Amino acid sequence: MKFGIYPGCSLTGSARDYNESVFALAEAFGLDFIQIPDWNCCGATAAHNLNKELSLALPARILALAEKNGLEEIIVPCAACYSRLVVTQHELRKDPELKNRISEVIEMEYRGTSRILNVIEWIDKYIAPLLEAKIVNPFKYKVACYYGCLLVRPDKILKYDRLEDPLTMDTVMTRIGATPVDYPYKTECCGAGFSISRTDIVSKLSGKIIEDAEHRGADAIIVACPMCHSNLDMRRPDINKYWKTEYNIPVIFVTQAIGLSIGLPASKVGLKRHFVEVKIS
Amino acid sequence: MSHSEHHTERTSLAYSIEKQVEVKAQKCYQCGKCSAGCPVADEMDLPPSMVMRLLQTEQPENDEKILRSHSIWLCVTCEMCLSRCPMEIDIPSMMDWLRQKSRSKKMVNRQAKNIIAFHKSFLNSIKYTGRLYELGLILDYKRQSFNLTQDISLAPKMISRGKLHIFPDMIKGTAQIAKIFKKTSK
Repeated sequence: MKFGIYPGCSLTGSARDYNESVFALAEAFGLDFIQIPDWNCCGATAAHNLNKELSLALPARILALAEKNGLEEIIVPCAACYSRLVVTQHELRKDPELKNRISEVIEMEYRGTSRILNVIEWIDKYIAPLLEAKIVNPFKYKVACYYGCLLVRPDKILKYDRLEDPLTMDTVMTRIGATPVDYPYKTECCGAGFSISRTDIVSKLSGKIIEDAEHRGADAIIVACPMCHSNLDMRRPDINKYWKTEYNIPVIFVTQAIGLSIGLPASKVGLKRHFVEVKIS
Repeated sequence: MSHSEHHTERTSLAYSIEKQVEVKAQKCYQCGKCSAGCPVADEMDLPPSMVMRLLQTEQPENDEKILRSHSIWLCVTCEMCLSRCPMEIDIPSMMDWLRQKSRSKKMVNRQAKNIIAFHKSFLNSIKYTGRLYELGLILDYKRQSFNLTQDISLAPKMISRGKLHIFPDMIKGTAQIAKIFKKTSK
């Protein structure tokens, strides 16, 4: 089975660890990816804040390239890119005039037929059925599953998981031997794209997410978004300084945890690249 | 002025938002759930429910207050307000529209300059290469915001972890991307 992957910019840079773990899992489960040829940035927060048309045209080019290359199903590991692609598909579907205008802007045919999967959907569909037989090193830790914003909202468009208390990631983690804690911060915002422009806001919001996970006795916070990861991991010194704390709970991508459970070494799933040391193995 | 005349001359923000974003400010009944759930409400000069109330008045001075607010830039588009709104009012889409209106009317709040500088640097970065060039983004942001010393220790740590490219990753379709930027700039 071949399907497309849209890694997005973070996965080639600051979230290289996430990328390594996604590709390591695909390899271990015999799944073949084709990167959407010549993909571009989705425009992220900046585009939809400053220019609506641009924020639709950039994802539309990506989806048009996938269509042109016969990739009917694409996995989008970055929750922020996933949200931009799904929202664009939705907006262009409900407004044919806008769709024509955007096709004109990108100078490519756009049909809007791609099936877009987030990382948990991909795991559920292709990895979960084969997982049990492969587990050699159960992930016996208490975990706080942190979904963030863009995996579940806007729920009317994404139609993915429960809005206030999503469970898909908890279910995956349970399958590999983990014990999810009750965690009311599951879908609170980490401060997202303010990492550089308003580091104080990111430190405040991310600090609350970390503090609650620590208080509930979690051994790790599990994430599925590179932006959440960099705010909770790379920004930890800023967070600890802001709150005058010394929290050292590691932040692990769901794909890294699965990788460890099937016996992949920590370095293969990018765990050596984190800022907060991961002592879990 | 008769009521019908008043109607045809409606020039308020609420009216434009109704037409262009399909969001009806009048539907809001001020339950306050949006402001209660907003992660940045305590940083805002106008929390989201207050923006809704000011829109409903359709008064020019209130419209201007919104366009000059810090709030519209502090909105981080987490979408919590929309997901909890009993009237399903799409505040995030409205905020996107208000930000663009605020810029086109040159009413941008001065306190938001770093946030906007970051967004601009981000778009500049992808405009020429097609993909985000994180090092270029950081340097351009420093130039635009004059925050020269911020995060100075971060880059070497990212590089040692293989998390920061020294050179940009150019796509083949850069000319196409440049065209997309050109065609979508007003």
